[in-house]
Amino acid sequence: MTTTDSPTTPGPAPGRERGDAPRAAAPRRRARTTDRGLNRVFRWTATGAGGLILGVLAAVAIFLVLRAWPALTAGGDVLGEEVAWFPEGASLVSFVGPLVFGTLLAAALSLVLATPVAMGIALFISHYAPRRLASTLGYVVDLLAAIPSVVYGLWGSLVLPPVVVPVWSWLADTLGWFPLFAGPASPTGRVLLTVALVLAVMILPIITAVSREVFLQTPKLHEEAALALGATRWEMIRTAVLPFGRSGVVSAAMLGLGRALGETMAVLMILSPGLLYSFAILQAGQQQTIAANIAADFPEANPLGVSALIATGLALFLITLLVNMGARAIVARRKDFSGAN
Amino acid sequence: MSALSTSPARGDAVQDPARTTAVRALLRGADGRRRRTDRAMTVLMWGAFTLAMVPLASVAWTVVVHGAERFDLYFLTHSMRGVFGGMDAGGIYHAILGTLLITLGAAVISVPIGLLAAIYLVEYGRGPLARAVTFFVDVMTGIPSIVAGLFAYALFAVILGPGVRMGVVGSVALSVLMIPVVVRSCEEMLRLVPNELREAAYALGVPKWLTVVRVVLRTSVAGITTGVMLAVARVIGETAPLLITVGVVDSINGNLFEGRMMTLPVYVYRQYSQGLVPCSSVTDAVCLPDINYDRAWAAALTLILLVMLLNLVGRLVTRWFAPKTLR
Amino acid sequence: MAQRIDVKDLNIYYGDFLAVQDVGMTIEPRSVTAFIGPSGCGKSTFLRTLNRMHEVIPGARVEGTVEMEGVDLYGDDVDPVAVRRQVGMVFQRPNPFPTMSIRENVLAGVRLNNKRISRSDAEDLVESSLRGANLWNEVKDRLDRPGSGLSGGQQQRLCIARAIAVKPQVLLMDEPCSALDPISTLAIEDLVAELKDEYTIVIVTHNMQQAARVSDRTAFFNIAGTGRPGRLIEMDDTATMFSSPSQQATEDYISGRFG
Repeated sequence: MTTTDSPTTPGPAPGRERGDAPRAAAPRRRARTTDRGLNRVFRWTATGAGGLILGVLAAVAIFLVLRAWPALTAGGDVLGEEVAWFPEGASLVSFVGPLVFGTLLAAALSLVLATPVAMGIALFISHYAPRRLASTLGYVVDLLAAIPSVVYGLWGSLVLPPVVVPVWSWLADTLGWFPLFAGPASPTGRVLLTVALVLAVMILPIITAVSREVFLQTPKLHEEAALALGATRWEMIRTAVLPFGRSGVVSAAMLGLGRALGETMAVLMILSPGLLYSFAILQAGQQQTIAANIAADFPEANPLGVSALIATGLALFLITLLVNMGARAIVARRKDFSGAN
Repeated sequence: MSALSTSPARGDAVQDPARTTAVRALLRGADGRRRRTDRAMTVLMWGAFTLAMVPLASVAWTVVVHGAERFDLYFLTHSMRGVFGGMDAGGIYHAILGTLLITLGAAVISVPIGLLAAIYLVEYGRGPLARAVTFFVDVMTGIPSIVAGLFAYALFAVILGPGVRMGVVGSVALSVLMIPVVVRSCEEMLRLVPNELREAAYALGVPKWLTVVRVVLRTSVAGITTGVMLAVARVIGETAPLLITVGVVDSINGNLFEGRMMTLPVYVYRQYSQGLVPCSSVTDAVCLPDINYDRAWAAALTLILLVMLLNLVGRLVTRWFAPKTLR
Repeated sequence: MAQRIDVKDLNIYYGDFLAVQDVGMTIEPRSVTAFIGPSGCGKSTFLRTLNRMHEVIPGARVEGTVEMEGVDLYGDDVDPVAVRRQVGMVFQRPNPFPTMSIRENVLAGVRLNNKRISRSDAEDLVESSLRGANLWNEVKDRLDRPGSGLSGGQQQRLCIARAIAVKPQVLLMDEPCSALDPISTLAIEDLVAELKDEYTIVIVTHNMQQAARVSDRTAFFNIAGTGRPGRLIEMDDTATMFSSPSQQATEDYISGRFG
């Protein structure tokens, strides 16, 4: 990067429409005389970039609606006729329904698996690990996030099944009366529980990172108050740290949920898909998620099929948007709260 | 010290053995249940961490072991053109090229926007717009990558008509994912620049924009570089958006604006999904049934090495070039 | 209830840094002992070694002995958790648990030891502790409201109620009035005078008038310079300390010549 030498490089946003002319020549002249004009241009460029981000988010929604429109307006019979994989006699809603169900089920399962472990790791790093090790350990957990999802997919479909299949069939044998674990467990291991396990590993770092930050913010005063009452370390955490961090952990979990909802490759590569409202997470061919369905059908879809897939993508976008906005609103409220103290 | 020797004389009084025993009993410790709970929780915390290390170690181990089999110079410098069946050939040159070009394109789009937005938030941001930008940048980090891909596809479909597959569409998709990360890390770095530096510049009569460019950016350039590299590392492994926007191809394509391109993550998926090769007859010269999986693992290894390299260099940049005040 | 504490040859470290050197003293039961001295002289650090709160800070450790009725608090068979249960502490800034009601705050320490305390016992304990902290009349009709809604002085008395609810042997107070207004300060000082009938009280204070008002014995700590360890200069009956101290440094400090 040449940023250090030339003041022009980092300034202007290439291709954005605001005032290109004065900027190009400006830094050569001593800026004092054109001070006000340049200041204004720079400020507007920066503000424009900020506004552009809001624009991008709006554009995502707008363009998705635009391209989804043909499928949204076409009837179920038209879709069924023109789109090869569209189930006969279904409407768009009854097509999206099982996908939304599968997406939510997979994400919820992964959240249930990941949250306790992530909280344990976060507490371990914030309150148990030796101080000198803590930041290194945090970095090691972050490494989990650095592994590309396609690699998790590869691992989850080629390495994991032989390990988990015996466990899954044991689960089906002993807890089969419970709808989630209804047998027989698929011998391939390409089932939703395996997917949820891999998703849990993938969302572990984000839940850990946010919870860790929250736990570290616990006022020393309250921790010491608990210890001075004769609390053991765990009792101190229960009295002072967990109540303080509750909302933070909730938002961390929601962020993880948002991640899990949108994850594509791990699901696509591991799960044997089906379009049922089924809770049987040990059987193959039961559920499918929106994201994986898009990735699976998109390359071979005709224009109306693409449109239908984009409509499902719109549903996914809205779900994740809601979840993320909820999580961020909680985080933001916390920030105000702790700032006031 | 003479005062000390006189004053605590009373402390040498003989202890009452009954009280000593009573106190000793009091201080022996919490009851067993509490101590066991505490110890159990400590074990659980360590256990949680160890548990999380299992998949990390397993992924790293399998990728290295399986990937090393085909990971060589030939693999890195050849494409998949003319490779079929169980042939003992084929490589990822075209995919590396595609990944680098598309990611570069994404960086070219997102770094200026992200950096300027960060400057806006740190130097100018006040009021409802700044709050909205901060909030939605955070929300944007949660956009599913496949939705970003759909957006880029829809955008170009509206402009150029449906069915477009080319590198730059992938770049746009990746930049939707990359911009919020860049904004976040740049914002963090800019906020680290002490206000005294800005005030010192203003006091010298330097206008604000020049202060930002010359003082603020210059001070934080190492941190920003790191942030950008980490952002690149995050999107370089994205598969789903590239799968639907850039597509799949077996030969080398160096043009972002023309035709399909191969990328490393998509290559991994593509090889994986082709599965085992049926090597039916002995008459075939060479037929490796596992060849697709082997290539997938080797490409995955390359991808992970690339990501780790970016992470490592990013961190080293901060360590080497950070001004003393930022350490 | 109250116990005597003997400190012998105590050195207090943060990592390799020697913060307080060679302290020896006796703290009498059923009395108030005040620690005075300039900022950074180690009086708070020393106070925290009396209930093993010092070691909560990473790298912190001590050498020497702190004996309660002849039992070394740092002995092998002593549990720091039990020490803190027997030696209560009130901090500089009031720190009621923000997520708990006033009632729950008072019971916080008791619940750790005794989960199944009966409802009526709990009510009695809340009342007696709050009465003991001179807070009962002010809060008796809002026991279920959060403790953080009280004024600073009330919060501090709530913390004292929380500390005495577990019936400790010794009560340590680390500048309990430094964050409070004068009226709240007086309320706390009255309370200290009442509590000494039942507890051994040690109070760290910046305020020499306060030390003179509330304490029976006073210890003066000083520091030779930045980076040097703090030391106990002199300890005696409060009346003697404030009228005819034996050390020049004590006299200088008490007469306001430094600190």
